[in-house]
Amino acid sequence: MKVLVPVKRVLDYNVKPRVKADGTGVDLANVKMSMNPFDEIAIEEAVRLKEKGAATEVVVVTIGVAKAESDVLLTARAMGADRAILIATDDEVEPLGVAKLLKAVCDEEAPGLVILGKQAIDDDSNQTGQMLAALLGWPQGTFASKVEVSGDRVVVTREVDGGLETVDLKAPAIVTTDLRLNEPRYATLPNIMKAKSKPLAKKTPADYAVDIAPRLATLKVVEPAKRTAGVKVADVDELVGKLKALGVAK
Amino acid sequence: MKTLVWVEHDNAAVKDATLAVVTAASQLGEVHLLVAGSGCKAVADQAAKIEGVGKVHLADDASLSHALAENVAPLIVGLMADHDAVLFPATSNGKNIAPRVAALLDVMQISDILSVEGADTFTRPIYAGNAIATVRTSDKKLVITVRGTAFAKAATSGGSGTVEAVSGAADAGVSKFVSAEIAKSERPELTSAKVIVSGGRALQNSENFHSLIEPLADKLGAAVGASRAAVDAGYVPNDYQVGQTGKIVAPEVYIAIGISGAIQHLAGMKDSKTIIAINKDEDAPIFQVADIGLVGDLFKVVPELTGKL
Repeated sequence: MKVLVPVKRVLDYNVKPRVKADGTGVDLANVKMSMNPFDEIAIEEAVRLKEKGAATEVVVVTIGVAKAESDVLLTARAMGADRAILIATDDEVEPLGVAKLLKAVCDEEAPGLVILGKQAIDDDSNQTGQMLAALLGWPQGTFASKVEVSGDRVVVTREVDGGLETVDLKAPAIVTTDLRLNEPRYATLPNIMKAKSKPLAKKTPADYAVDIAPRLATLKVVEPAKRTAGVKVADVDELVGKLKALGVAK
Repeated sequence: MKTLVWVEHDNAAVKDATLAVVTAASQLGEVHLLVAGSGCKAVADQAAKIEGVGKVHLADDASLSHALAENVAPLIVGLMADHDAVLFPATSNGKNIAPRVAALLDVMQISDILSVEGADTFTRPIYAGNAIATVRTSDKKLVITVRGTAFAKAATSGGSGTVEAVSGAADAGVSKFVSAEIAKSERPELTSAKVIVSGGRALQNSENFHSLIEPLADKLGAAVGASRAAVDAGYVPNDYQVGQTGKIVAPEVYIAIGISGAIQHLAGMKDSKTIIAINKDEDAPIFQVADIGLVGDLFKVVPELTGKL
């Protein structure tokens, strides 16, 4: 089966976000941008399925600024994706709009499996995979820590609040990745060079004729309340005293 | 505004996470509940007693056991003809089902709200809690997930809701529940515990985690948590993980032992009332958020602390 992997370009996870002084958002000028960590896991899983013979082709797609081509889609192809689709737009597209665009891509590409990250570390929404599943009427295996494909069955072990849960889905299906699904490989220099010759299709949202107008308006973005500086205690006895004062120790 | 709250339950009792959602819903208007499951009448009766609850919709059908999103979402969409908003706890089940409902209704979900600022305006954390966004929706129907630690829990008594059966549940036929492996614990649940003792990579192995962290937690009646590093290293199961990608907690007292304090970990615990850090590295970022810090070797300090309590 063909596997489709949607990826997102986000502020690198090691960078501490700075809120803009005018309260309009987080400052993304001149900061390192990378592929969303959960999406790297999604590509890795798709490539592993191909290496096992369970997948025939891995197609990666991103929606965002033109720079995503070099930042994100090149890495994805260097990791093993066969070809890439860039849906270029300078507008911010909400999860619902992304899901609608991805549905249009699915209608065109007819994948047997779509693997997405469980959430993007910028908006922390955790919605796109589930929304895409709803729009397509496909089953969903969210927060996956194990995926097994055999025939038209996709068996997904999910990370849930109390532990793990296993579900059996009928393909075509949607899977969203959790951190422990796998350890993504590095894109090596020779593979990055080779990736440059792998196909890349450039599109715009207008090509898909779907409504991606935002439904949410961000009124302001502020820094969370700062915690006041604490005290250091010298030894365990002093700490015990503090715990008693807090009422958690007798 | 008429609101519907999806009730998280284990077929025997309403889970705590739901109570905070009821509080959030009551700030928007009249509160109705949905208890969906298989053999869950007792839960509906219990839910009807929650303070401030009007109607309790009970959908009891074999297809609704295990809360499969493919089967639960269409049922909720049906009920939205009579409701203006549906709220879910931001638990793994809530996060799984809510966006499916939102897309079927063609609305944008508002994830993990921290406060209700108005009938269409909410605050929510972005960038691992490093920024708080105020958002206003233009959608006619609202689909919302609620951060449990951000709202007080509604009282479990004093309500006089009426239970009403809902029909129309059906198996979508595309997914099946196979099995669950739920970690057993005698300790309080992580997300509702008053005190949490959390361990990190510095514990070095699973044996140290069990022999140092757990006795201290038991002395304090605390839940046990962990950093991602400790979970990835296999010291404890992954449902112990506190952070952006694990559980979000806000206990009275959070004790971080051998945890450096990466931003992804802080995202899960920095709203704790009092943070106590024990770390041998006095420059560890955890000390920038800790109210009480002790610089020292956890292998000496923790047994001494447990002994003196």
